[in-house]
Amino acid sequence: MTTVTADTHDDHHDHGPAKGFMRWVTTTNHKDIGTLYLIFSLVMFMVGGAMAMVIRLELFQPGLQFVDPGFFNQMTTVHALVMIFGAVMPAFVGLANWMLPIMVGGPDMALPRMNNWSFWILPFAFAMLLSTFFMDGGAAAGGWTLYPPLVLQGGNGFPYMIFAIHMMGISSVMGAINVIVTILNMRAPGMTLMKMPLFVWTWFITAYLLIAVMPVLAGAVTMLLTDRFYDTSFFSAAGGGDPVLFQHIFWFFGHPEVYILILPAFGVVSSIIPTFARKPLFGYSSMVYATASIAFLSFIVWAHHMFTVGMPIEGELFFMYATMLIAVPTGVKVFNWISTMWKGSMTFETPMLFSIGFVIMFTIGGFSGLMLAIAPADFQYHDTYFVVAHFHYVLVTGAIYSIMAAAYYWLPKWTGNMYNEKMGQWHFWLSTVSVNVLFFPQHFLGLAGMPRRIPDYSVQFAEFNMWSSIGGFAFGLSQVFFCYIVYKTIKGGEKATDQVWEGAEGLEWTLSSPPPYHSFTTAPEIK
Amino acid sequence: MSSENAYYVPHDAKWPIVGSIGLTLFLGGFAGQLNGTSMAANVMIIGFLVLVYMMFGWFGDVINESESGTYKKLEDVSFRMGMIWFIFSEVMFFAAFFGALYYIRVFSVPWLAGEGSGATTNEFIWSGFEAVWPTNGPAAVGGEYEKMGAWGLPAINTFILLTSGATVTWAHWGLVANKRKQLIMGLAATVLLGFIFVGLQALEYSHGYNELNLTMGSGIYGSTFYMLTGFHGFHVTVGAIMLLVMLVRSIKGHFTPENHFAFEAAAWYWHFVDVVWLGLFIFVYWL
Repeated sequence: MTTVTADTHDDHHDHGPAKGFMRWVTTTNHKDIGTLYLIFSLVMFMVGGAMAMVIRLELFQPGLQFVDPGFFNQMTTVHALVMIFGAVMPAFVGLANWMLPIMVGGPDMALPRMNNWSFWILPFAFAMLLSTFFMDGGAAAGGWTLYPPLVLQGGNGFPYMIFAIHMMGISSVMGAINVIVTILNMRAPGMTLMKMPLFVWTWFITAYLLIAVMPVLAGAVTMLLTDRFYDTSFFSAAGGGDPVLFQHIFWFFGHPEVYILILPAFGVVSSIIPTFARKPLFGYSSMVYATASIAFLSFIVWAHHMFTVGMPIEGELFFMYATMLIAVPTGVKVFNWISTMWKGSMTFETPMLFSIGFVIMFTIGGFSGLMLAIAPADFQYHDTYFVVAHFHYVLVTGAIYSIMAAAYYWLPKWTGNMYNEKMGQWHFWLSTVSVNVLFFPQHFLGLAGMPRRIPDYSVQFAEFNMWSSIGGFAFGLSQVFFCYIVYKTIKGGEKATDQVWEGAEGLEWTLSSPPPYHSFTTAPEIK
Repeated sequence: MSSENAYYVPHDAKWPIVGSIGLTLFLGGFAGQLNGTSMAANVMIIGFLVLVYMMFGWFGDVINESESGTYKKLEDVSFRMGMIWFIFSEVMFFAAFFGALYYIRVFSVPWLAGEGSGATTNEFIWSGFEAVWPTNGPAAVGGEYEKMGAWGLPAINTFILLTSGATVTWAHWGLVANKRKQLIMGLAATVLLGFIFVGLQALEYSHGYNELNLTMGSGIYGSTFYMLTGFHGFHVTVGAIMLLVMLVRSIKGHFTPENHFAFEAAAWYWHFVDVVWLGLFIFVYWL
């Protein structure tokens, strides 16, 4: 990253970043920390992806081929934990770090030292989590949802996994506090709330979700810990507790969590589509209200993850209807994106391709979600590959696609270099074809009754699984290609202009590419 | 914004990485200790000491910056918002345990006793179990025990904590009116009451373990009782230490009637633990 000595601060004695490795360890600069987050998330994406490859390799054919079932279960469990907490969340926090201060016209994040700590907890937390693979009994193998009593039967890795989750929680809460304070307190004069770009809005609401639910997860895993080591009976019926209680607490965290993973994606796509449609975003205020409604509803739908657990019928009905309500604000958003493109003079650069891919395939995931929301139908789908297909459509072609779109959209701004457009297009098409070969057949597998989280299956599932694995390997390779594109762009390439995209609007495009080390030392004028 | 009013962005933060190392050693050592790994307790203690060192250093830097007038209106607002949302996250942490208590008492214990769809479970697995509170479950986990009464020590502790809420407010009035003596007296009284509370809580635990046979292993009642009051007691300890730091700073002559955010943050935190205690007194001890 180049340094621009345009720093006008006289009271600060530095004119750019420190030299060497310690720059990255002690930095308080939002761009440096954003870069760290993004690189960390890319590394974790590869780690979690490698685990996915092991899963697809084992499932290529029926029968046990490569790994024993215990290790397979560790793969599915840790794949999910790494992808959710290590890849998607840090990627969005990295985007927030880079873009929020610039988008609101502020000098940096509001609490810069804490910002550094939010990041630097993560490598330690994931080192702790991944170290459990090498311990007696291996890593957690009861699924990422950590349901007792199964998860309590794990080996020596169990307490390390619990504490790693605590550390991720501390990091997330501090990061979220920073986001809220930055948005509320660091806006340039004239940047009223309803003038903020949607990426800022969606992150603002996401941060509230994080603060509200990460501590609940911390409480839930603490109870697991004491149930195993301190004789408590929270999740044991013999002592008057209830294993289902864990599921309620977990999903009270877990459902808002899925919106934590997707709301910033909405913000990214809402920034990109208007740029390449060369039209302002359709229905800005309705987008804001829809995001807030989704966030509110996310707190009262958690038990749709547990329809088959034996809830009273009133509970089933309440959670079914509440879940379906979410389709309304989500529909508002999808229609707004389509209306933004309607009659626009569109071009299809890589960020736009990923955004359109997002809108289409996220909607597929949304529809299968609606199917799963129907309680009586869910009794058939529950814990089958249909669920796996559903959440991978919203997380991979949803969240990850938006992160890819964001990376292509802002890389020229971050690095000052244009990525290779042809390679970007190849990356998009390779990913999109392979990801559908990977996940679409899983719908059929699930409807036919193939359960999730198993290393072996009946022969009637063989063909779709083979297709799915082939798609998986191709998708994995495409992402290695993505790493190469990113690396190449950082190293060099055609120089990007400050505006980068013809139709782009917003404060980030008023800065140079790459922006100066301190973004807005003088607050910009907001019209 | 002229550079005089520019937002203060500190540089070269070395404390966070110290904190990460401390946290990792502490939790890693703790996990090893739980597994019975030898020497793990030492790692845990080292980690704890590193964390204490980090807090001394980090807060020390911030205090120096504050006293030398580095922070202005905007920074002050950032700190205030940060503290408010931190306390909110703590509220949600307690909500998980209060929620568990609610779910157990309203749903799972009656279901175990055969209410609603639990009829067959009760008949075939836990025949004869009746829903009462407190309970250590149908298997009577942990053996016979006695309930912790509300109107002995807990009632006294309620009085102590509410009084401490008043004394800290009185100290604040003193600070705002520039009456240093009132500030110091009020804070000293608050810290003293806080530690008396923790001491009485320890006494109550020893009473529970030694005389009532009420332990963390006493089924769901023992679990919820010790986890809720235990985490609260931990938070009271943290709050009292925060107020102790404020007391030392007040004696050293820190704070002005206009500029004393650290004091207010500690006071907010203190009121938060106070309110949590009222919830505990009502739902854990009394009802």
